[in-house]
Amino acid sequence: MTNSVLYEAPGPRAKRRARYTSIVVGVALLGIAAWAVAQLAAAGQFTMNKWGPLVDPSHEYFAALWNILGQGLVNTLQAAALSIALSLVIGTAMALTRITSAPWYRWAVVGVIELLRGIPVVIAIFFAARVLPELGIELPLLWYLVIGLTAYNSVIIAEIVRAGILSLPRGQSEAAYALGMRRSQVLLTVLLPQAFRTMLPALISQLVVVLKDTSLGYVISYPELVQEAEIAIQNLNNPIQIYFVVAVVFIAINYSLSRLAVFTERRLSRGRQGPSRPARPHRTPAATGNATGGGH
Amino acid sequence: MRSRKPRAVAAALAATLGLVLTACGSGSTNQLGSGGQDSFQAPVAENPSFEPGTTMAKLSKQGSITVGTKFDQPLFGLKGLDGTMQGFDIEIARIIAGQLGIPADKINWVKTPSKSREAYIEQDRVDMVVATYTINDKRAQRVSFAGPYYNAGQDLMVKKDNTEITGPESLRKTGAKVCSARGSTPSEEIKKYIDPANLVLFDVYSKCADALRTGQVDAVTTDNVILLGLVNESGGKFKLVGKPFTEEPYGVGITKGDTEFCQFIHQSLTKAAQNGTYQKAWEATAGKVSEENPKLPELNTCS
Amino acid sequence: MHVITDNLSLYRDGLVTTLRICLYSGLLALLLGTIMAACRVSPLTPLRAVGTSWVTVFRNSPLLVVLFFMAFGLPELGINGTYFVFGTIGLALYTSAFVCEAIRSGINAVPPGQAEAARSVGLGFGQTLSLIVLPQAVRSVIPPLGSVMIAMIKNSAIVGAFGVGGDLFSVGENLTSAQGEAALPVLIGVMLGYLIITIPAGLLLGIVERKVAIAR
Repeated sequence: MTNSVLYEAPGPRAKRRARYTSIVVGVALLGIAAWAVAQLAAAGQFTMNKWGPLVDPSHEYFAALWNILGQGLVNTLQAAALSIALSLVIGTAMALTRITSAPWYRWAVVGVIELLRGIPVVIAIFFAARVLPELGIELPLLWYLVIGLTAYNSVIIAEIVRAGILSLPRGQSEAAYALGMRRSQVLLTVLLPQAFRTMLPALISQLVVVLKDTSLGYVISYPELVQEAEIAIQNLNNPIQIYFVVAVVFIAINYSLSRLAVFTERRLSRGRQGPSRPARPHRTPAATGNATGGGH
Repeated sequence: MRSRKPRAVAAALAATLGLVLTACGSGSTNQLGSGGQDSFQAPVAENPSFEPGTTMAKLSKQGSITVGTKFDQPLFGLKGLDGTMQGFDIEIARIIAGQLGIPADKINWVKTPSKSREAYIEQDRVDMVVATYTINDKRAQRVSFAGPYYNAGQDLMVKKDNTEITGPESLRKTGAKVCSARGSTPSEEIKKYIDPANLVLFDVYSKCADALRTGQVDAVTTDNVILLGLVNESGGKFKLVGKPFTEEPYGVGITKGDTEFCQFIHQSLTKAAQNGTYQKAWEATAGKVSEENPKLPELNTCS
Repeated sequence: MHVITDNLSLYRDGLVTTLRICLYSGLLALLLGTIMAACRVSPLTPLRAVGTSWVTVFRNSPLLVVLFFMAFGLPELGINGTYFVFGTIGLALYTSAFVCEAIRSGINAVPPGQAEAARSVGLGFGQTLSLIVLPQAVRSVIPPLGSVMIAMIKNSAIVGAFGVGGDLFSVGENLTSAQGEAALPVLIGVMLGYLIITIPAGLLLGIVERKVAIAR
């Protein structure tokens, strides 16, 4: 249902009224913004003293500051990439074995999934960094973060994969069986490749979640973007400004990824025949799945 | 499409490398806020010899040492934007490393916030911890301490114009909100003086300083020397109450039971106190702000 | 395991604090999310812009960063409050973006004929939305909304890092850090605390989901 279904195409009077209301709302918003800016200015948050290192290339700490933030971003991306790759492998394995295996095994997998889904990611990370060494498993910090993130995200991906496979038309597997393929062949060569196609947008959205969650590396002092920003803040004493930049970086990357997810979804759904497209968007692992699945 | 990928990877690599290189190249820039740069440098022993099998022999042979410290403690352990380390703890670590024949640039610094110090020593992630690390019995069950190399005490920091808070006893009756760091001993200690509901905890003390500045809390508590760094950075907005109410002997944390290494650290510290390196290290760091002129405290026995 | 039994009262208080944070944040997030969803489908361009930017900002920032701006940005604006309030508002703002998207997809799931019929009997935008579309959307919104709320309960673990203190995760961190207890038993206790909330919530959600499911 498109938005326009909710209201009539406006006539001249409605248009005029809408224009007035828009202006009032716009002015009110501008007013709030102006007030906030005035308050921040009064608190001395717009001085070059605070912003200089970030925006003035000739500032003595400009290069050092952007270096440290850049290094943090590299670390963040690295942790996110490793986590999503590992989650994809483990999640797919979990989903496939859950679909195929004996009942007791299926229940065990469901149990693990429910358990991991019920625990905050930050605790999974903290747990990995605190408990694994007590058990004699000592790794670089990066891997504790990756393990913590993977533990949570692999179960989410397992669910996405399972939904993807179950959403395929029955005819696909029936035809494959009729050709004399084994169950594993059917899964790996027929169902999974098709499922991945429909899952792609949801997977990209999950990447947004992972990227945001790398910031939880703070509990184990992993030098990701937010941690490195903290070091810069200790030196430059401008937390608001630096956090503003960090927020912009995260929003820019994640927004691009979300747009990519929407774009892929459109491309993929255009490739398919009209009738097979499900009527109710929220039932499919769509790009908005991010909102429902892992609201982290 | 295919041919573009390696190029992108190469570009990313180059960018990373560039960052690393620049980070290394600028290693000698000053850290800000500290005024003139200290000319002080801990002496490095040439070819010291140690009994084989000891920690000293191992470290001396490998020519590098990994030290756990704070990255966010002005005057004691602060990481500069360019990656250089500054502070009294840093200098103490350099003095010890120097006696092992390890120059300052061969020290790997690892961030050890209060909550992870014992674990990092137990896991051998660091060879020693010099991180405003108070010696106490509970910790001594898990790690050994050399030192103390400095005696601090817990104090309160308030806004300059605050006259109500005169010491820990005044906190309860004024209903003051007090800020400290998560997982630190001061945050446990202060619970004797205030309701838990009035205790605000952050991961670093600089957030406490911000909270004090905007008036969300009334006092910040931790060791006096740490507060001193914050007072210094506040540009005259904060002051110390100046009545330390605990004793916090700072020690060097090492692997539990490594008596030889402990004795070696004691020798290094004593030597530094005798030849004036200890005093110079203080003057170059905390001494810039503190009026105190500390002497090396009496060392504990190694066990 | 004696750590858990010895500190049972701490864990209990932690659980209560976590639930309090979640209750207030949840209510506020539902309110804000519904308002924003209404904005996003409204005929007024500025309102739509507000709704869209709201969702873009809060859905794409790490919660940690949102919480930072609550705890350290609001005081700069001259707004005073306790960190419990700041943290609760931060969690609510972050969650509201997800609530908004869940509700919007619910609105989109209502067949267009319903709104068309409503309009043809002369209802305006507000009436169409509040009397016809939203009540029907509620049914398809409940499952994703439930997931958002469960995610919020888990996210509340981060709020403790911003001066709130006393929630389940903070209790665990304090026991392992300041008091030097072994991590494994302490953290198992913390995890149990969260599972006590999230697993029944998940089961309940499953039941409700089956109840309200509509065969279309």
